[in-house]
Amino acid sequence: MTAPTTSAPATGDPDGVPPARESGQDTGDPFDRDVLPTPPGATAALLRSLLAPMKARVAGTTVLLLLQQAAVQAGPLLVAYAIDTAVPAFRRHDHGPLAAVAAGYLLCALAAGGLQGAFIVASARVDQDVLLDLRGRIFRHAQALSVDFHERYTSGRLISRSTTDVESLRELLDEGLQELISVVLSFVSISAMLLWLDAGLGAVAVASFVPLYLLVRLYRRRAGRVYRERSTAIAAVIVKFVETVNGIRPVRAFRREAANDAEFRVLNRRHERVNGDALLEMARYVVGSRLVANTAVAGIVLWGAWRVTDGSLELGVLAAAVLYLRRLYDPIDRLGMFLNSYQSAAASLEKIAGLLAQTPSVPEPAAPRQLPPARSHLPGREVVFDGVRFGYRTGGEVLPRFDLTLPAGQTVAVVGSTGAGKSTLAKLLARFYDPTEGRVLLDGVDLRDLPMPELRRGVVMVTQEAFLFSGTVAENIALGRPEASREEIERAAKAIGAHDFITTLPDGYDTDVRKRGGRISAGQRQLVGFARALLADPAVLILDEATSSLDIPGEQAVQRAMATVLRGRTAVVIAHRLSTVEIADRVLVMEHGRIVEDGTPAELIAGTGPFAGLHRAWRDSLA
Amino acid sequence: MPTTLPSPPEDGPTGPTGRSAVRTLLRLWPYVRPVRARLCAAASVAILASCVGLVIPLVLKWLVDGPVADRDGDGVARGALYLLLLGVAEALLFGLRRWLVARPLSRVEAQLRADLYAHVQRLPVAFHDRWASGQLLSRGTTDLMLLRQFLAFSLTFLLVNGVTILVGMVVMLLQDWTLGLVMLAPAVPLVAFSAVFEKRYARAARLAQDQVGDLTTVVEESVLGIRVIKGFGRHRSQARAFRELSWRLRDTELRKARLLASIWAVIMTLPEVAIGATLVVGAVQVADGSLSAGTLVAFLSTALALRWPVESIGFLLAMSQEAATATERYFEVMDAQPEDLSVRPAGGPPVPAAADGLRFENVRFRYPDAPPGSPPLLDGIDLHIRPGESLALVGATGSGKTTLTALVPRLHEVTGGRITLDGRDITTLPREELRAMVAVAFEEPTLFSASVADNVLMGGDGDTDTAELHRALAVAQADFVHTLPEGTATQVGEQGLSLSGGQRQRLALARAVVGRPRFLVLDDPLSALDVHTEAAVEAALRQVLAGTTALIVAHRPSTVLLADRVALLSHGRIAAVGTHHELLRTHPEYAHLMSGRSPAGEEEDDR
Repeated sequence: MTAPTTSAPATGDPDGVPPARESGQDTGDPFDRDVLPTPPGATAALLRSLLAPMKARVAGTTVLLLLQQAAVQAGPLLVAYAIDTAVPAFRRHDHGPLAAVAAGYLLCALAAGGLQGAFIVASARVDQDVLLDLRGRIFRHAQALSVDFHERYTSGRLISRSTTDVESLRELLDEGLQELISVVLSFVSISAMLLWLDAGLGAVAVASFVPLYLLVRLYRRRAGRVYRERSTAIAAVIVKFVETVNGIRPVRAFRREAANDAEFRVLNRRHERVNGDALLEMARYVVGSRLVANTAVAGIVLWGAWRVTDGSLELGVLAAAVLYLRRLYDPIDRLGMFLNSYQSAAASLEKIAGLLAQTPSVPEPAAPRQLPPARSHLPGREVVFDGVRFGYRTGGEVLPRFDLTLPAGQTVAVVGSTGAGKSTLAKLLARFYDPTEGRVLLDGVDLRDLPMPELRRGVVMVTQEAFLFSGTVAENIALGRPEASREEIERAAKAIGAHDFITTLPDGYDTDVRKRGGRISAGQRQLVGFARALLADPAVLILDEATSSLDIPGEQAVQRAMATVLRGRTAVVIAHRLSTVEIADRVLVMEHGRIVEDGTPAELIAGTGPFAGLHRAWRDSLA
Repeated sequence: MPTTLPSPPEDGPTGPTGRSAVRTLLRLWPYVRPVRARLCAAASVAILASCVGLVIPLVLKWLVDGPVADRDGDGVARGALYLLLLGVAEALLFGLRRWLVARPLSRVEAQLRADLYAHVQRLPVAFHDRWASGQLLSRGTTDLMLLRQFLAFSLTFLLVNGVTILVGMVVMLLQDWTLGLVMLAPAVPLVAFSAVFEKRYARAARLAQDQVGDLTTVVEESVLGIRVIKGFGRHRSQARAFRELSWRLRDTELRKARLLASIWAVIMTLPEVAIGATLVVGAVQVADGSLSAGTLVAFLSTALALRWPVESIGFLLAMSQEAATATERYFEVMDAQPEDLSVRPAGGPPVPAAADGLRFENVRFRYPDAPPGSPPLLDGIDLHIRPGESLALVGATGSGKTTLTALVPRLHEVTGGRITLDGRDITTLPREELRAMVAVAFEEPTLFSASVADNVLMGGDGDTDTAELHRALAVAQADFVHTLPEGTATQVGEQGLSLSGGQRQRLALARAVVGRPRFLVLDDPLSALDVHTEAAVEAALRQVLAGTTALIVAHRPSTVLLADRVALLSHGRIAAVGTHHELLRTHPEYAHLMSGRSPAGEEEDDR
C-alpha cells in the first residue's frame, strides 16, 4: 500500500499516553489490565450459541432479502423489455405489452418496498432477540459470580461489557447480515457470470480475490488488536466516570475536580487515540481494497482488449465483462464496513466471553438436596463447621482449621479486632465463599449441596453497607421476600422501628429512594436492611456489623426485634459494640483467625481472658 | 424491584422537545467548529470521489466503443492507463475522506465526553441525588458514539446524497422536463411522510436511549449491591427487573425497526413507481416518435443511478434523529447549572479573620425537591463552636445531622440564615478556600482508585509531606497500611485492594486530619471500629482536636466524650447545648439517645 494515509500517526504514537494509573500494568494481573483469559474458540462459540436458535429465522430473513433483490433487479430487465418489445407493439396499437410493463413495474416497486420493510422488521427481531439473550446472559452470569469476583472486576467494567460491548455486537447485527448476504450474493453471481462469459477473464477476476483475501486478513489482524484496545479503553473511561459520580461528595469536599479532570483526560485521550486508530485502519483497508479492485479492472481490460485485437475474444464479450467487472468490486466497501463491525464486535465478544468463562467460585450444586424438616419447634437450624479451613486462592491462610457447632436457636456474638476473621466466618456460613477444606453443615446438609433459593430460605446475611436499590422503600424491604404483602412489609418495618421515619417520607412506603438512597441516612438504611431480614424470616440470621450506624435506641429496637420476632432463630452477630453481647447466649472471641475464647457472656466477663478486657474497655466507653 | 425507573429525572425535559432536530444538532456547533475545515474537505472529497466513480464507467464505454472496436493498440493501452489512474485516484480519495475525519472526529467525541465529565463533577450534589448515575453514564458513552457516527457518516452523506439528488433532478429536467416532472411527483408525499416519520422516530429513539440509561443503572446497582443480593439470595427480583427493562428496550427497538421499515418501504416504492410511470409515459412518447429511445434510456439510467442516494435518505434521517435525541440528552445535563462558584462580596467593612470559630446563625435548610408545604429539615439552627473547641452533635436517626455537616463545606446551600468561619460568611469565601479550610470525614468512607498515600493526602493542601502522612495515619490508627503489599503505595478503592469497613473508615479519618485543618467536620467517624481501636483513635484524636475547631456527629457516648461540649439536634433546632453529663441529667431526649432509657424517665434496667 502506498497510500499517503500510511503517514498518518496511526500506530506507535510517540505521544504515548503515560500508563494509566489504575491499569497497574506492573502487576500483570488480568483483572487490573481488564484482560480476563478467554478460552480458545470461546468467542466464536459464543457467537454460534447466540445465533443457533435463530437459524430458521436467519434463513427466513435471507429469503426475504433475496426476493427483495430479485424485485429490485427486475427493473432494468423491464426497461429493456419496454424498449425492445413494448414500444414496437404499441406502435402496432397492441397496448398489451406496455400495460404488462406498467403492471410489472408497479408490482416490482411494491414488492421491493414491501419486502425491504419486511426484511428490516424480520432482521431487527433476530438482532434484538440475540441482544436480549446476550444481555441476559451477562447479567445472570455476573449475578452468579461470587462477591470476590465483583470486588476485583469493578462495576464500571461490568457496565461496559453490558452496554458498549453489547452495542458493538448490535452494530454488527444491524448492518452485518444485510451486508454479508449482499456481498456474498454479488461475488458469487458475478464471478459465475464472468466465468461463463470467458473462462480466462473470469479466472483473472477470481484470482484478484487472493490479494483481497490477504488484505482482509491483514486488516482483521490489525483491527482486531485496535478494537480490543478500544474496548479496554472505553471500559477504563467508564470505570473512572462511575467512580466519580458515586463518590461525588468526597470529590467535592476534597476539591478533586481538577485532579480528576486530568486523570480523566489521560483515559479519554487513550480512548480517543485507539478510536482514531480504528478509523484509520478502516481507511487503510478501503484504500488497499479499492486499489486492488481498480488495478484488477484496468489489468483485465488491458488483457481483454489485447485479446480482442488479436481476435481471440469477441468485442461484445469484453464489453459485457467490463460492465460486470465494475459491479463485481462494488460491494468491496460494504465488505469493509462489515469487517469493521465484525472486528469491533469480535473484540467486544471476546471480552464478554472472557467474563462468561469465569466460573462462580461458589457453584450451584450438581445434585441439589433439600433441608430436612425442622427438627424441633424452634425455627432455627443447627450450624456445624466441620474441619473448616479457609485461605485465599493467592495463598495466605485466613482461618486455620477449626470445628464449631452452633445449636439451633442459639444467638452467638463474634467479637475480635479488625482482620481477626469474623467476617470470613460469617461469609463462609452465608456461602459467599466455600471453605478451602472441610464443610459447613446446616442441619446436617452441606451448604454446597443446597440450591441457592433453598440456602437463602435458610441463611440470610445483613451487612454493614445497607445498599438501597432504585425503587420504593417498600420494594426495598420486600427484597427479603418479594411476594410479601404491604401489611407484612409494614409489620416488619414497625418491628424494627423503621415505620416512623418511613411515614415521614414524602410518599411514605412508596417514596422512591432514588439513587442509592441519597436522602436516607446511613442509620435509616440499616433499619431498612433489617426490615428486609425480618421479612425474609430465615432459620439462620447473620448480622455483620449491621448496626454500626444505628444510634442506641435504634440498636435497642433491633435487639428487641431479635428477642421477639426473631426468637428461636440461630443468629450470628458480629459487632464492635458489645451491647449486642447482652442478648447473646454465647460469645466467640477471635484473634488471628482462631477462636480463642468460647463461652457464655457471664463466664467470659467473669474470667481474665481477652473478652473480659474488651468488655471493661467497652463499659468504660459508655460513660 | 425498580420496575418503574424515573427516566429522565423530573428536572430534565421529558421526551423530545418541540425543538426541531436541526436546531438541536446545531448546538453541537461549538464542538464541530474546530474541525469544520476537515469536515468540509471530507465532504468535498466524497463528492469528488463519487464524480470519479461516475467517470470510470464513461471511460470504460469510450474504451470499448473506441479503441477496442477500432483495434487501436495504443489507444487501448492509453485507455487502460486512464482507467488505472482514475482507479488509483478513486481509491486515494476514498481513503482521504476517512483519513481527514478519523482523528478530528475522535477528538470531537473525546472533547464532548471530557466536557460532560468536567461538568458532571461540578454539578450540585442535589443534582446527583436525583439523577441515576447510569443515565449520566449512558450520555457519556453510547450517546456520544452515536454523535460521532452522525458526524462521520450521516452528515456527510446527507450532504453528498442531497447534492447528488439535486444534480440528478436538474439533469433529468434538462433531458426531458415532462418526464422530469413525473419523476419529481413523489417528492411531495415523501417529504410529508418523512416529517411524520421524523417526529415518531425521534420519540422512539429518545425512549430507547433513556431505557439504555435505565438498564445501565440496574446493572450498576446489581454490582454495587451484590452483597445484599447475595445475602438475601434474591438474584431473581433483580434479574426480573433487568429482564423487564431489557424486554422493554427490545420492544422499543422493534418499534424503531417498524418505523424504519415503513419509511424504507415508502422511500423505495414511491420513486420506483415514478420510474415505472416515466417508463410507460416515455415508451408511449417513443412509440409516437416525440422522444428518442436513446434519451429515454439515458433518462432512466440517471434515474436508476439516483436510486441509492434517494433510498439512503431514509436511514440517514433516522440516524440524524437519533443523533438529535442523543444531543438533546447530552445537553440536558450540560444545561444544568453547575455549582454557583461566585463569591458574595462581604457586606460592610471587611471582617478581620479573627479567631471566632464556627457559627451557625438562624440556619434553615430544606431540600429543593422536598414536597411543598413540608417543614424545613433544619429550622433555625443557632450554634457557636468556639475556636479550638470541639462540639459533638447528637440527634435521632434522620434528624438532619449529616445534612447540617454538609452545609459547612457548601455541598448544599443554606435556605436561610448564615454560617460563618472565623467571622467570615462562608458564602463570601471562594469554594476552593472554604473546602481547604474545612476537612470532612463522611459517614460512608469512600476511597478512590489510587494509592493509600494519595487517598490520604488529597485531604491536605498539596504540599503535605511524608511525615505528615505518617502522622495522620498514626492518629487514625491506620498502621495496617504498613502490612499491605506495597505499604502506603498500595492501590485501594474500586480498582484496588478491597479493605474492610473499619480500615476504610480509618483512612477517611486520616484524610480528614492530614495537613492539620483549621476546621474539622466528622460524621460518625468511629462507627466501624472495634473497641480497642476506637479507644486508641480517640486518644490520638484528642491531641488533634485540642487545636482544631471541630463538629463531630456522634451516636455513642464514647464519641461524644471526645468533644468539649455536645449539642442536641431535635426537630430542626438545637434543643440543648452542654456537657455530656449535664445533658444526660437534664435532658430526657438526650438521655434516651445516649443510654436507651426511655424519654419518659421510667428506669429500664441499667444493667
